[in-house]
Amino acid sequence: MASYVPSAPAERRAMLETLGLHSMADLYRAVPPAARVTTLDLPAGKSELEAAEEIGAMAGKNTVFGSVFRGAGAYKHYIPAVVKAITGSESFVTAYTPYQAEISQGVLQSIFEYQTQICELTGMDAANASVYDGATAAAEAVFMCQERRHTGVLAAATAAPQVLEVMRTYCESRGVPFALLPAKDYAVDPAALEELLKAGPACVFVQSPNYYGVLEDVQPIVDAAHAAGARAILSVNPISLGLLKTPGEYGADIAVGEGQPLGLPMSFGGPYLGFMACKQPLMRKLPGRIVGQTTDSRGSRCFVLTLQAREQHIRREKASSNICSNEALCAMTASVYLAAMGPGGLRRAAESCAGHAHYLAAELGKLPGFGLKTGKPFFHEFLTGCPVDPELLCRKLEARGILPGLPVEGGILWCCTELNRKPQIDALIAAIREVLQDETAV
Amino acid sequence: MKLLFERSRPGRGMEYLPPCDTPAADFAPDALRAAPPRLPELSEVDLDRHYTELARQTHGVNDGFYPLGSCTMKYNPRVNEALAALPGFAELHPLQPAGTAQGALEVLYRAEKLLCEITGMAGMTMQPAAGAHGEYTGLLLIRRYHQSRGDAARTKILVPDSAHGTNPASAAMAGFTVVAVPSNARGGVDLDALRAAAGPDTAGLMLTNPNTLGLFDPNILEITRIVHEAGGLCYYDGANLNAIMGHARPGDMGFDCVHLNLHKTFSTPHGGGGPGSGPVGCKAFLEQFLPAPRVRCADGAYRFFTPEHSLGRVRSFYGNFAVVVRALAYMLALGRQGIPEAAENAVLNANYLMHRLAGTYDMACCEAGCMHEFVMDLSRLKAETGVTAMDVAKRLLDFGIHPPTMYFPLIVHEALMAEPTETESRETLDAAADLFLQIWDEAHTDPEILHTAPHNTPIGRPDEVSAARRPVVRYAFES
Repeated sequence: MASYVPSAPAERRAMLETLGLHSMADLYRAVPPAARVTTLDLPAGKSELEAAEEIGAMAGKNTVFGSVFRGAGAYKHYIPAVVKAITGSESFVTAYTPYQAEISQGVLQSIFEYQTQICELTGMDAANASVYDGATAAAEAVFMCQERRHTGVLAAATAAPQVLEVMRTYCESRGVPFALLPAKDYAVDPAALEELLKAGPACVFVQSPNYYGVLEDVQPIVDAAHAAGARAILSVNPISLGLLKTPGEYGADIAVGEGQPLGLPMSFGGPYLGFMACKQPLMRKLPGRIVGQTTDSRGSRCFVLTLQAREQHIRREKASSNICSNEALCAMTASVYLAAMGPGGLRRAAESCAGHAHYLAAELGKLPGFGLKTGKPFFHEFLTGCPVDPELLCRKLEARGILPGLPVEGGILWCCTELNRKPQIDALIAAIREVLQDETAV
Repeated sequence: MKLLFERSRPGRGMEYLPPCDTPAADFAPDALRAAPPRLPELSEVDLDRHYTELARQTHGVNDGFYPLGSCTMKYNPRVNEALAALPGFAELHPLQPAGTAQGALEVLYRAEKLLCEITGMAGMTMQPAAGAHGEYTGLLLIRRYHQSRGDAARTKILVPDSAHGTNPASAAMAGFTVVAVPSNARGGVDLDALRAAAGPDTAGLMLTNPNTLGLFDPNILEITRIVHEAGGLCYYDGANLNAIMGHARPGDMGFDCVHLNLHKTFSTPHGGGGPGSGPVGCKAFLEQFLPAPRVRCADGAYRFFTPEHSLGRVRSFYGNFAVVVRALAYMLALGRQGIPEAAENAVLNANYLMHRLAGTYDMACCEAGCMHEFVMDLSRLKAETGVTAMDVAKRLLDFGIHPPTMYFPLIVHEALMAEPTETESRETLDAAADLFLQIWDEAHTDPEILHTAPHNTPIGRPDEVSAARRPVVRYAFES
């Protein structure tokens, strides 16, 4: 059995004697007998070797695809080796939330740097130190916009379904009216927007690129929201911001998104991080941790957790959110990734994502039945038709070591990143041709 | 030290990616950003040394003793980091077919079964990403339960005044009104106050047991009975489960749902403030309301399913999966002997350290023994010498010890709450005790050295007031 208790049995007995106790059971005298357990129905403990073998066997049962054309909320990108090396530092990994600023400048400064990078990416004035993921970031952004007599959110139905589900859960519990903004041709329907804004929601939530990969016509949406007295929340893919117009440039009030593409492995869904940034007037409404710059007793620049009057440990039930510690090491990972890539590297990642995706779309377009579902512009994801059962096509491609796009609404939602270079795309097309031939031969 | 942006030099940088090998995508000019983001331009050696210096200014569990009360800063086994990073986990797309991720579903399923056995619950979700997120999810379960019975009058959640701040904040987020229940002289729930507060508008009670004074509430069975008789449900905040795992179970104490902190009790690292994981477990009658998806096993195959009356989603996908991998590895390694062994040594260490200090420092309510943590009340020291709990905490920094939690729980003035955990040796505890006693003497002989502490840290005390009054939350570029 593995044990991480340092004291040997004799030392434990000596400590018990110091306390005037005879056995470990004496330590639990306050527990009523009816609430005690003697043995749990758990397996016997194991050596590290045996436990590692058992967990390793579980990892071995999973298929790691060499070629991944699936996104839909989680993205496989290249992660420079230096990112993992830096963030694997034992001090960063094992530290607590930096309440004691004097011995936590490393974590605090890294969050300050992260906040700055997120502001630069999104074109915003202030960012928090992350929340759980992109979906909870969207929900928290909605809460930032609620006022006593002005409530509710109008959420684009073209956003990722998981994000909408989380927003719905959060809004329902807090009594925030939640309405869907319908889609037309895989993007927000402008006529519906105009109509639904008449109800006077406190905010409009739009994702661009949206779930179908389409770049929404963001400017008129933001302008219409503002004209109706609503705030505009824009959810974005952070890699796309190496190239595409920022939420700040569109005049959005809050920018949110899933930070996983910034150097975090897919890890079957987590840990990820949600990033949140806003314009100056909303800064004090940001939930969660925020790091600020100040000076120490010796007159030097230093960093502390700040604006804590918003938070649960001070405000209790009146706090703007219950969130406290969440994804600090993931935020540091995103920051190291962005620093490693630099402006040129991030732009190259964004250009490669878009270039590869557009090449794949063009090549798929040469096959019968794989046409784009919409002619609207897209970034690195797009929806096509599928001339055979999409599930069947996917199974056959998976058997060839390719994780294809996600079957969505009778078609397939494809994704490319900088990892899906031309030879890999050509191999995918060849594999699809083979599958189609087999199918028509049957 | 310099910021990343201050180290940046135009034209520096690494080529991590090859040029795009397909034609460039064509975007309309007004779809593009006007200027690139001002990310730093650094060589890899610049970058690496920057973070090496930041790491030196960060105090982790491996840097020294970390008796931070309520946070369970135990040692984080290295093997668990290696296992979570296995490509068979790290490289899995969350939406790849379940048939190609059977080992990942097995991780979720087996972790659920083991945690249910440890807590006395019937089912559990791994979706919540942290403790506070788990609290919120657990309260949504309670909300759904009352809604399903058409019981709309139950709008109030009872929370002891000694509770963590997240408890009332989570209750408010879940749409409840918070009713504070006063503690008795021993820091436990005041039964008469509880009886008076519980009624037809009670949705439930949130309780941490052992409580935030480090005491197991001996009336626990009576407490849960009072709430149940009033028609409410009982929620167990698992922040302090490390004291009792393998010795007592929330389910047997009468709790209907629980959240756990895998980053406390189950040894996964804190990461400077996450990622953690806050699974929520419940008794069988609440399982139908758990978030979707859950995992079930039939004929040797694992599948996702949606509970019949699921409350929906609280996070995308399945939660912080890689954290669950680490916790499962920990549970498999410790097993049925190691889990209670960890708990009892956590309690032993806390009692030993308290015993060493009790002749000098005043203890809040725990003369008769504590569980895994204890609270010192420095009011007398402050009255005698002017030295505060903050001063003592800051002085500890000079000696490489992370201070206990300060000024919590709120019901004790000048509180320092210490939780040594089971992964510290007697020498470490003795050295820390000697230091606490030395600081007590310093308070009487040279209080100034405490008021001005710390002296040996990378920075002195920061000016937090200015930071909040004139917030600077991002770097100001010169251009």
